[in-house]
Amino acid sequence: MPYADIIVTLKPTLLDAQGRVVQNALLSLGYEKVMNVRIGKYMRMELAEGEDLERQVKEMCDRLLANPVIENYHFEIHRDADGNGTPPGLPNTE
Amino acid sequence: MKVGVIVFPGSNCDQDAYHAFRDNLKQPVELIWHQETDLKGVDLVVLPGGFSYGDYLRTGAIARFAPIMRSVEKFARSGKLVLGICNGFQVLCEAGLLPGALVRNAGLKFVCRYVNLRVENAETALTAHCRVGQVLRIPIAHGDGCYVCDEESYEQLSRNRQVLFRYGEADGRITLDSNPNGSMDNIAGIANERFNVFGMMPHPERATEKLLGSADGRLLLSSLIESVINGARTGA
Repeated sequence: MPYADIIVTLKPTLLDAQGRVVQNALLSLGYEKVMNVRIGKYMRMELAEGEDLERQVKEMCDRLLANPVIENYHFEIHRDADGNGTPPGLPNTE
Repeated sequence: MKVGVIVFPGSNCDQDAYHAFRDNLKQPVELIWHQETDLKGVDLVVLPGGFSYGDYLRTGAIARFAPIMRSVEKFARSGKLVLGICNGFQVLCEAGLLPGALVRNAGLKFVCRYVNLRVENAETALTAHCRVGQVLRIPIAHGDGCYVCDEESYEQLSRNRQVLFRYGEADGRITLDSNPNGSMDNIAGIANERFNVFGMMPHPERATEKLLGSADGRLLLSSLIESVINGARTGA
């Protein structure tokens, strides 16, 4: 079954108060290399087989899953694996 | 004159609004469930505070698609008066009826206390009973009240005097310290371009009787009521 992994993040221009607090906590634990932390949302959506999944997922992001005023999103559709498996982690890190 | 208060699952200031309009401002009020599609002939729609749909995804994001919201959008686009308080403000932003968005308080804490609001524009249906520079004492209670918008919207808000309230000191000075949530430019409440849709994080409905701490919110609710009555009289 195809599935989409969706990451929604606050726009870089906005203060991410949660990220800032986590960054400070990490710094206080001695991880001095932590320059910035941004916290976002990860969603996995299982989908029925279909032709225009890309377009539909993009539309879902634009209409509901992200707010374009404050957020950016990124998604990947996977067709070749089982959507119940372990999340692959952040896209773009592979 | 009839007021409609929309009730979403998770609204928790709907009864406060109901009480304020019915008992303190002596107006007929009707609670309208989110699954309804008919606004039942009300003249003023109030989207109350609370945590509609548990604030899941984003505050107001799910409520914005509730069946009643199609009617509210039509109502607003026809020029009729809509007031969103706290979560209601968040819903109106999500619905695109007001510019910008509300994000997590800069201090991350849920802040529940009285604030001083400086009135920035007293020529609107919501603020007609106030004067510019007047300081209102009204409570806030929110975790996601930090108002943000893009530069273009901000310029438009400023140019058209759509910012109605800013957080300030008791003497009306606008300071960093008086900003409870990190809102851009201390913005606490705004109007749309037509000045018929209003959103504010503070709760005027919780400030309509001295016994409970402040009656300053009455100035705003009574302004709206008078505006509806005058509008009906002039056929506007």
